[in-house]
Amino acid sequence: MNINEIQDGYVIDHIHAGGAMRIYRYLGLDKLDCSVAIIKNAKSERMGRKDIIKIDELIPLNLEIISYIDAGATVNTIKDGKLIDKQHLTVPQRVVGVLKCKNPRCITQTEQEIQQVFVLADAEKKQYRCYYCDTIHKPED
Amino acid sequence: MRHMLDIIDWSLDELDALMDTADDIIAHPDDYADACRRKKLATLFYEPSTRTRLSFEAAMIELGGQTLGFADASASSVSKGESVADTVRTVGCYADIIAMRHSKEGAPTVAANFSPVPIINAGDGGHHHPTQTLADLLTIRREKGRMNQLVIGLCGDLQFGRTVHSLMNAMARYKSIRFVLVSPDELRIPEYLREGMKSLGVPFTEVERLEDVIGTLDILYMTRVQRERFFNEADYVRLKDSYILTPAMLRPARKDLTVMHPLPRVNEISVAVDNDPRACYFKQVLYGKYMREALILKLLEAAK
Repeated sequence: MNINEIQDGYVIDHIHAGGAMRIYRYLGLDKLDCSVAIIKNAKSERMGRKDIIKIDELIPLNLEIISYIDAGATVNTIKDGKLIDKQHLTVPQRVVGVLKCKNPRCITQTEQEIQQVFVLADAEKKQYRCYYCDTIHKPED
Repeated sequence: MRHMLDIIDWSLDELDALMDTADDIIAHPDDYADACRRKKLATLFYEPSTRTRLSFEAAMIELGGQTLGFADASASSVSKGESVADTVRTVGCYADIIAMRHSKEGAPTVAANFSPVPIINAGDGGHHHPTQTLADLLTIRREKGRMNQLVIGLCGDLQFGRTVHSLMNAMARYKSIRFVLVSPDELRIPEYLREGMKSLGVPFTEVERLEDVIGTLDILYMTRVQRERFFNEADYVRLKDSYILTPAMLRPARKDLTVMHPLPRVNEISVAVDNDPRACYFKQVLYGKYMREALILKLLEAAK
């Protein structure tokens, strides 16, 4: 793939330097058959350094995951080689199926089929609480 | 559908209305003797409990209804590996309302997501115990005559003590409430609760010695250090007797102090305190039954 030219796909831009691999992993991009490019530590006027992910296919994209990991990222949608949409993300109110509750007493630990749901507790500190047991999940957890 | 999972899901007006109903049941029990005729309450107790289960059953019987259920997970299909979701979907076909106690935190929330009938959280791990809080609220209102301008001391296991968490969440919404949190360092309130109190702007102090603060309190809420919440027996043994309330300790306390305890106690309140007029923990038990009656009535009415 020529990483500068995408016909149909996404450019996830303005990812904080070092954050691209986490987004790649959480989105499950390793399972895609299409071309995916990760550009690390690209020069940026605004951010100094940034990461970029380019995906060469219009897959269903879970914006909640991207916004949870990096609410400062922008998601550009490319169709027929043209930019048709540019989304600035915000911190999500709910995160489903991304985080795992660390509380050994939480019902999600014994009933594994229950979907993990976290609700935003503190937007500034980026803390979420488990919907079931209220345990706080911090970004560093 | 309305459930009782966490006390903060209910507004102060709704809690006041439940207390009004409980007061009315106390004053006119005969008026409610057939209120739940032909209705069934299922008590699904995955974890042993005597008083809470019996309180629910007594409440339903006094309302003219009937009860069914299990008192131990090993005596149910849970022992075969059935999920909470499947259990409540099944039991919801037999009963009109379900009271659930579970050792896992959040289990009643899962139940409410799948149940065709109202769910009452009768205690989930160290998380919430809202119907104990209903008992506590009625005790406070009847004993103090007000729900505001109170200094409330909470003493003992504040980390795993779910009754403490629910009571703090409920009382924090009334005006001019201040909490004095007395516990060993290892058993302080969980972080989410501390953050919650801070965000609500509710003043609280955390101390280790009850003797230093007992004279400042309107209410003293004692709790048991619960063996079943510890993974490590040595930690339990080290902390279990951190606080023991005796008549001597009560000497500097106010004459109108209200001493409460969710029971059962082990030895955190000396039996010599029982005859002190400030000891209200057995009244709490009685008020709990009336509040459960009021709650059952409200939830069944809402489910119509």
